[in-house]
Amino acid sequence: MCDFPFFSLVCTGEIFELKAELNSDKKEKKKEAVKKVIASMTVGKDVSALFPDVVNCMQTDNLELKKLVYLYLMNYAKSQPDMAIMAVNTFVKDCEDPNPLIRALAVRTMGCIRVDKITEYLCEPLRKCLKDEDPYVRKTAAVCVAKLHDINAQLVEDQGFLDTLKDLISDSNPMVVANAVAALSEIAESHPNSNLLDLNPQTINKLLTALNECTEWGQIFILDCLANYTPRDDRESQSICERVTPRLSHANSAVVLSAVKVLMKFMEMLPKDLDYYGTLLKKLAPPLVTLLSAEPELQYVALRNINLIVQRRPEILKHEMKVFFVKYNDPIYVKLEKLDIMIRLASQANIAQVLAELKEYATEVDVDFVRKAVRAIGRCAIKVEQSAERCVSTLLDLIQTKVNYVVQEAIVVIKDIFRKYPNKYESVIATLCENLDSLDEPEARAAMIWIVGEYAERIDNADELLESFLEGFHDESTQVQLQLLTAIVKLFLKKPTETQELVQQVLSLATQDSDNPDLRDRGYIYWRLLSTDPVAAKEVVLAEKPLISEETDLIEPTLLEELICHIGTLASVYHKPPSAFVEGSRGVQHKRLPGSAGSGESADSPDTGSAAGVSEAPPAVIPSQGDLLGDLLNLDLTPPTTSGPPPAPSSGMQMGAMDLLGGGLDSLVGLLHAAMGAGFGAPPTAMPASFPPPVSGGLDDLFDLGGSVGMPMGAYSPPKSIWLPAMKAKGLEISGTFARRAGVIQMEMTLTNKAMSIMTDFAIQFNRNSFGLAPAGPLQVLTPVGPNQSIEVALPLSTVGPVMKMEPLTNLQVAVKNNIDVFYFSSQYPISMLFVEDGKMERQVFLATWKDIPNDNEAQFQIKDCHLNSDAASSKLQGSNVFTIAKRTVEGQDMLYQSMKLTNGIWVLAELRVQAGNPNYTVMSRLVFVLTCSGANHKDYKTESREV
Amino acid sequence: MIGGLFIYNHKGEVLISRVYRDDIGEAGLKAEQPIISRSVPKPVSCLKRNAVDAFRVNVIHARQQVRSPVTNIARTSFFHVKRSNIWLAAVTKQNVNATMVFEFLYKMCDVMSAYFGKISEENVKNNFVLIYELLDEILDFGYPQNSETGALKTFITQQGIKSQVPTKEEQSQITSQVTGQIGWRREGIKYRRNELFLDVLESVNLLMSPQGQVLSAHVSGRVVMKSYLSGMPECKFGMNDKIVIDKQGKGGGSEEAAKSGKQSIAIDDCTFHQCVRLSKFDSERSISFIPPDGDYELMRYRTTKDIILPFRVIPLVREVGRTKLEVKVVIKSNFKSSLLAQKIEVRIPTPLNTSGVQLICMKGKAKYKASENAIVWKIKRMAGMKESQISAEIELLPTNDKKKWARPPISMNFEVPFAPSGLKVRYLKVFEPKLNYSDHDVIKWVRYIGRSGIYETRC
Repeated sequence: MCDFPFFSLVCTGEIFELKAELNSDKKEKKKEAVKKVIASMTVGKDVSALFPDVVNCMQTDNLELKKLVYLYLMNYAKSQPDMAIMAVNTFVKDCEDPNPLIRALAVRTMGCIRVDKITEYLCEPLRKCLKDEDPYVRKTAAVCVAKLHDINAQLVEDQGFLDTLKDLISDSNPMVVANAVAALSEIAESHPNSNLLDLNPQTINKLLTALNECTEWGQIFILDCLANYTPRDDRESQSICERVTPRLSHANSAVVLSAVKVLMKFMEMLPKDLDYYGTLLKKLAPPLVTLLSAEPELQYVALRNINLIVQRRPEILKHEMKVFFVKYNDPIYVKLEKLDIMIRLASQANIAQVLAELKEYATEVDVDFVRKAVRAIGRCAIKVEQSAERCVSTLLDLIQTKVNYVVQEAIVVIKDIFRKYPNKYESVIATLCENLDSLDEPEARAAMIWIVGEYAERIDNADELLESFLEGFHDESTQVQLQLLTAIVKLFLKKPTETQELVQQVLSLATQDSDNPDLRDRGYIYWRLLSTDPVAAKEVVLAEKPLISEETDLIEPTLLEELICHIGTLASVYHKPPSAFVEGSRGVQHKRLPGSAGSGESADSPDTGSAAGVSEAPPAVIPSQGDLLGDLLNLDLTPPTTSGPPPAPSSGMQMGAMDLLGGGLDSLVGLLHAAMGAGFGAPPTAMPASFPPPVSGGLDDLFDLGGSVGMPMGAYSPPKSIWLPAMKAKGLEISGTFARRAGVIQMEMTLTNKAMSIMTDFAIQFNRNSFGLAPAGPLQVLTPVGPNQSIEVALPLSTVGPVMKMEPLTNLQVAVKNNIDVFYFSSQYPISMLFVEDGKMERQVFLATWKDIPNDNEAQFQIKDCHLNSDAASSKLQGSNVFTIAKRTVEGQDMLYQSMKLTNGIWVLAELRVQAGNPNYTVMSRLVFVLTCSGANHKDYKTESREV
Repeated sequence: MIGGLFIYNHKGEVLISRVYRDDIGEAGLKAEQPIISRSVPKPVSCLKRNAVDAFRVNVIHARQQVRSPVTNIARTSFFHVKRSNIWLAAVTKQNVNATMVFEFLYKMCDVMSAYFGKISEENVKNNFVLIYELLDEILDFGYPQNSETGALKTFITQQGIKSQVPTKEEQSQITSQVTGQIGWRREGIKYRRNELFLDVLESVNLLMSPQGQVLSAHVSGRVVMKSYLSGMPECKFGMNDKIVIDKQGKGGGSEEAAKSGKQSIAIDDCTFHQCVRLSKFDSERSISFIPPDGDYELMRYRTTKDIILPFRVIPLVREVGRTKLEVKVVIKSNFKSSLLAQKIEVRIPTPLNTSGVQLICMKGKAKYKASENAIVWKIKRMAGMKESQISAEIELLPTNDKKKWARPPISMNFEVPFAPSGLKVRYLKVFEPKLNYSDHDVIKWVRYIGRSGIYETRC
């Protein structure tokens, strides 16, 4: 006990002794006493009672003693704020000390004392220290700003410390720069929208210069900060990459990985055909491999990151398979990670080697590792078809070992192999059946039962086998129960004569004796199917199964992109976004990779660049947690049932109308102008062909220049545009448009599955919107959508849904659900879709109404470059339910008077002036308030503007 | 950033605890109560102890083997490394740079060893004041600061009696060094004899199939230097790097290129001490630097091509019935016969149910070590181009264990006086423009040592 004098004191009585010693006159004794106090503090004893005595020791020339006292203060000041004030004077005095080490120490410690009263006193000294002549003091002060911000953010802003901190980015000393960058990055994280770290080419240049000169840690801060920057173009991106690549040879793995992060991110912006792009890819591989010769903990972090990098850019490491071979004495966490990467890199070229390795691993000691190795063999079989046969025979060898968990794991993967390659390897079933008794894990039992049910016709004693499972039905896990139920039904459908009793038994077990709703439901479904229509039952139960995907465990692309932006950090170790494990506001920002310049267009000229920007704008994806969607989230996403009463339109409509009245007018007029701007701003002919028109699109579409005039008129419907990019919806891409067909508004969508797994169970729901649009029936997606498949759906819409004014008015927020998740997006529908067929007004009525409408409700605008004569225009418009009531010709100018009616009963009247030879039309539209029978008020719309 | 740093002994008792941020230890972690309960009521400060205790309960005292060096407990992340039986743990609540945290923990270990030698419980306890002082200096608010021992030692001294106020010049010298561009070296170093020791240390790793096929092989090498040079010398290091030689070959005579090309080696990748100018290496592939004083590791490198495998192991295992195993292992040395390998050790694993072993070996000594389940065969020295063999008869107890013996690989240790990668030092030039000594005055020593890394042959 007495070996370590500082650690030996136990009883509380000693506090008194310490007190006496602390107040001793002898310096040495004092110091020893403080040491003892710190030691007690370390082991968790409460020595706060000594506060005044320790603080008394603060005024000393002895730097070591001073540091100890400061350490004590940092620990206890918060519990004794009043007494902590006693220390302030000394701090302030120390901040003026001629010795820079003491100045820095004082400002460093003060920042650590989280007591409001002390922070007030901190401001002045801190301000001085930020401008200190000595770099050591400045670098300490820079970090102190971050400390202060953590305690009192407002104070830091009010005192202008943020600006001083920004100035330090241009400091002559690289370490000051690095610390300032670190502090600013952290502060910026808690203000996601502030432009604190206003990164521009000049600051980036400064950072890159400091990068060459500062310590390894400083380099990490700077690189991590650089990774947040988005270069303006591929040239800038390349020049930054060039200056960052030398860091890949740094001895510090963190510098290397942070550099990799910057490169991975900026590489997105480089055109793929650039030579430099290839060079860069080649340069990335060696440092990543070198990370694997670091200490095991670092290897682990590196492997987790490599796992991400391999998913994003498999080409980087495709030739490096061997370095991921497991070494006998690697720690288990390294082994498991290496195995993961091996499977990802497996290809036809290296499969033989990989299989030999995996077989070796399957005989190791660690159970988890062995299981994973066995599973990996199965995945190889599925991934590389040529190897399937060898994999299966390897698995059979492993089953022969009779090691319990190996057998079970093997059976689980063989089930997947059967699904991938049906009718190819069934010869092994006999071997599998031999091991039936040894299976004690639910997953393996379920897999085995599935195999028996699936191949019931080839297994003579299938009924006996299944019956044996049935005995302990209620003790099985749900997974096994469900599988058993299905397997026996399959068996019955294949061999109805002998198994009737068995199927009845299982159905009654499932429906009557079970309290698991899933099981009961499935039981009832089968029961009814079997009793009503056995043929249909056969079609349903024995239907052809969709193929299973090659890759499993792939990280969903959006998440992957985000994680790539977090290379090297904890997020990349956990493979979770920071928001999943960080509390508070920090880390909530979602980082994204910059858009790729792959098409090479953006570099051509600024004009097309901005055009591309516009085209990206319309499919605004609603932030997933937006308040707006609150009620949408609460809604059940099942399609509306036809039996239920439709939502009462009246109240909703009126409410909506009130809303519309409230503030709608302004927005209508606004929309008018916006639509005009968007639709007619650029001469249509100048638009690049690839440029999708804005969804809210313009009349120019409606007129559809040229040829089609003589064709049968249909309502105008804009071409499909992408509403929900795959990136944002775990691989589901939705593009679509709205159309009015035979009086029915339809939402026509193309659902494309860009993910690796199959998508099923689609459902759709709208948020309340200006015109009460709602799906008139469920979303009809009958077949699952396989990877890379796409499917066309037309969803009829009704206009009797709940009404809420949207901004812009034609905005529609949609939620789509599938088996993976729920996704939200918003789109704008063309208002012309809402014009109803009976929108033709009587001439007299028209005349009277036109005059009655106050001028306030009038809007006027021009449509440019429309090369149609008035007749053609009018007939074309009629296709979209814009009816021409009258036509007048005054001084060579055709004036068309038109009316249209919206689904909610609002009328819009318009005057269209067409001057022969002048491609510009003038439209004067009047918003008509017509009282309809429902009593709702209507405004007249911008619709007009659109039309024109 | 790092929220706190703790050091524990093997029992999980806290030796050092330094908290940088308040967020750790609050919320969530309270649930985990320490096993060692202290009856003394603890106010505010005990909050911070939650993190300390959570790590002890969940990691140090955890029943299973550690499955990951990063643990997340109640939204708090713990990073740990172990040195002998001491645990170092860094704690955070944020999305920190994980690589940096581990690098820092290793650096912390290096700094501590540089100050007081081995990291043991005793040393940590005896130096706890020093450790706190170091932690205060090298980690500020969880941000790693300059952690070069060379610089730290100028103002954090073990004696701690630096109380006499240093002169103004000294102070600014210290601070400019700690923050400056050359943080690893101080000015004004003087030696009577300028001397330089250069060791090329390589470890050669091999995984070979029973049939003698190389499954994977690589050399990871280090260039370790001890420099005792005056002033601020500018150094330039050259080796037979294929890229450099080829480049020079293009410029000079093609004959020379062909000649030297044979001896050049392809380096897969290398990393450098922070003193090396990386941008210069990137552009010209030249290694130039101002060296730290004393010991340091200049570079690390890795090669996979044309490796000289100093030994080949040929195993032959035969199962004779259920209770007997015959093992024969031949080793062949594969290098110049004038060179001598040393400290050769071959480790042949035996099944767990081994009851007895009979051994015959031609050279060296062999022993069956029951506690390690292995036959250990040691040979002091062996010249190149020789071979030797051992045969063993292993008797087994009958067992009803269904599990087959996993047959771990045969591993080997040795040391050879050359670099298995083929690396050669071509030059190390020293320039000191201010002092009057030239490259010729510096005494230089070069040594090559090749050691076995993980050198395994499956059987």
